[in-house]
Amino acid sequence: MTDAASPTPDASFHSSEQAVARLGKRRAAEWRLKLYGMIAIGVAALALVALLWNIAARTMNAATEHYIAVEAQIEPGEDDFLRVVKKSARAAFPYVSGRSGKRELYGLFSDGAADDMRRAQEAGTLETGDAVPMRFLMSDTADLYLRGEFGVLETGATTGPLAITPEGKDYRLESGSDAFAQALGQAKTGLVREAATLRRQAARQGAGITTLEERLPGLTGPEREDTLAQIARFGAERDRLEGQASALDALITGDRQVRLALTDRMASFLVAVNGGILKLTEVSAGTALARPLVPMDGENAAPEGAWSLRILDRPEIGRPVKDRQVAILETLQSDGRIEEVANWKFFSLSDSTQPEIAGIKGALIGSLWTMLVTFCLAFPIGVMAAIYLEEFAPRNRFTDFIEVNINNLAAVPSIVFGLLGLAVFLNFFGVPRSSPLAGGLVLALMTLPTVIIAARAAIRAVPPSIRWAAMGIGASRTQTVFHHVLPLAMPGILTGTIIGMAQALGETAPLLMIGMVAFITAVPEGITDSATVLPVQVFNWANASERAFDMRTAAAIAVLLAFLVVMNAVAIILRKRFERRW
Amino acid sequence: MQMTDDDPIKFRCQGVNVWYGDTHAIKDNDIDIHDKSVTAFIGPSGCGKSTFLRCLNRMNDTIDICRVTGTLLLDGDDIYSRDIDPVQLRARVGMVFQKPNPFPKSIYDNVAYGPRIHGLARNRADLDAIVEDSLGAAGLWDEVKDRLAAPGTGLSGGQQQRLCIARAIATKPEVLLMDEPCSALDPIATETVEELIEGLGRRYCVVIVTHSMQQANRISQRTAFFHLGNLVEYDTTDAIFSTPQDERTVGYVSGRFG
Repeated sequence: MTDAASPTPDASFHSSEQAVARLGKRRAAEWRLKLYGMIAIGVAALALVALLWNIAARTMNAATEHYIAVEAQIEPGEDDFLRVVKKSARAAFPYVSGRSGKRELYGLFSDGAADDMRRAQEAGTLETGDAVPMRFLMSDTADLYLRGEFGVLETGATTGPLAITPEGKDYRLESGSDAFAQALGQAKTGLVREAATLRRQAARQGAGITTLEERLPGLTGPEREDTLAQIARFGAERDRLEGQASALDALITGDRQVRLALTDRMASFLVAVNGGILKLTEVSAGTALARPLVPMDGENAAPEGAWSLRILDRPEIGRPVKDRQVAILETLQSDGRIEEVANWKFFSLSDSTQPEIAGIKGALIGSLWTMLVTFCLAFPIGVMAAIYLEEFAPRNRFTDFIEVNINNLAAVPSIVFGLLGLAVFLNFFGVPRSSPLAGGLVLALMTLPTVIIAARAAIRAVPPSIRWAAMGIGASRTQTVFHHVLPLAMPGILTGTIIGMAQALGETAPLLMIGMVAFITAVPEGITDSATVLPVQVFNWANASERAFDMRTAAAIAVLLAFLVVMNAVAIILRKRFERRW
Repeated sequence: MQMTDDDPIKFRCQGVNVWYGDTHAIKDNDIDIHDKSVTAFIGPSGCGKSTFLRCLNRMNDTIDICRVTGTLLLDGDDIYSRDIDPVQLRARVGMVFQKPNPFPKSIYDNVAYGPRIHGLARNRADLDAIVEDSLGAAGLWDEVKDRLAAPGTGLSGGQQQRLCIARAIATKPEVLLMDEPCSALDPIATETVEELIEGLGRRYCVVIVTHSMQQANRISQRTAFFHLGNLVEYDTTDAIFSTPQDERTVGYVSGRFG
């Protein structure tokens, strides 16, 4: 050993400037690490809060539903309740006439209103008579309108009194010099948008012509003829669109005192006066032509402040709720005939094509059955397999092979288990399609590796001294395992099981393969009935075209999360009971 | 000390070899262990004394790579013969380990577990009596009689070790094996346990592995000195410590190596 290599005491080593710098560097590194950790936790917490907030906010919309109070004529032994709904609607709104008007009126009510009456009749609680006070469930589009999904009815600026003059079926409205200036301006803004759209379409036709003309020199014979004809067609279409746009331009720049015809592509303007609601069909700065949607009490002129202009910015063509329906709903609301009540039905009904009568019960019970089957299979088999592998199996190539394969199974994509379930359980063993039994079997396969791996880890973590203690006083291997090792490993096993079960609860893909995606309106009464499960219900509703399914999707997600929380809570309680010190 | 060569022989071991895989841990040893006395196994670390102890109740069976050959006779019966059930054997040959390892159960259940699985008690009163006797024999009864339902793991280290001894006694064994029972205890607890072992030696065949020569000297009637897997010397404790015959024994007991 040389002197240079042998360490000698050197006080300066720990107090020199370099030492101070090293110390600072180390502290900075440790501080940075802590900071990174806090940032990571912060980001995770933020994501979680955002997710929960989003779901909660959207779920709130599904927490209530709207009813319309009407008087219904119900005869004893009535069997066509859809007819009762329509009849009652007509009686309540006698001024609604015409085929489309009536269709719009009926569109305010849900089929659920008839279902409610049928259920009441079956329960023997349905009153009969000529004018039974009833509440009818509102349709999904009307409900969405009340929630502001199609824009909010804004109040426009109005000045001066309003003179009303009948003009055929319609009315001519006159006010101060520029009373309808805002409406006119907004309508013209719509025209500008429309003209721009027409010009864009014309430009596309023009681009098509250019492309075809470039190709033209290389073509001969009939092909050339076809192309020329096509160019001519494109040209005609372009000219037509340009013409329409120019016509709109003329309207836009036209005289403010000349009435402009309003179309369903522009915002809707409603005038509330004398207890009725009129819809403007033509408007200039000072006058307007209006059609009554809800009739007025009289045709007297209204003083300033006694009438109002209401504007719904979204064009009628772009929303499922029509102006007449808006007018009726507004009237109903100001009459206090719309009730908003808690939506408990969501938990007592199953899936439906109509969002307002779609509920989660079927999926919830389906999930419950499926989880039951999964647990009853995965837990005992998984724990037994883990005990055998950990405590009894000899260490050899065969058990190594099994171990490797179990670990690999845990990483297999879940849809593969679905395919396996389809091929083996459904096609070979003939397990009923879409049943919780089939779903539970597939999910149990998927959960098994997780349970086995967690259970093995938990069993291995039991101190060997406990095994020796038991064997030292003459307990057999089996007694040792079941009396001492298993109870001590149980908390860990339960933790692993709950992770596997939570995964299974949220699993959609393998269940699609075995038909649990089917539209099922019945609540399953056993493990062999057709059923759907919560995540699949979420998937189905998220895909549905009706807007009202949006909030029900959020509500279903909330129910799924609640299910998960309850399941975890049960596992934690069980774990606490098993947990002991050693 | 009374003359102990008159005690009947409990274990007769001949040509015992133990392999851990390719490692030859015990090399062809013969030893006779006498009943109703304390026999101490001493020797430096890794000399095979614990391994030999674990042969006596076939605890080595639980280690996959361990292989035992030779003859070990308990009261004339070969404990490695096919007729002997190792689990049954361990009820006859109780064991106490280095680190106190009570079950994470109540004090009562710790002691009652052995009698329960072996069906030694016909009823609850029987079981109560066994528990009281065993705890009494382990000198623990007076300390814990008021809290039998308390967890065994809540006792102090010395109490835990005595609880483990009570647990071993409760199955009514003929032999008690103790693998360094005091090495995890403080001096006061050690003294209590040593007194207990001395007392047990009058009723049972006790075999104790220890690192402490003083302990062997204090409580045992016979001492066996192991070195590198060989039984170097086996005699009365007095003889081993006063007139050792082998060079290695002399070196060890005088503290020159160990």
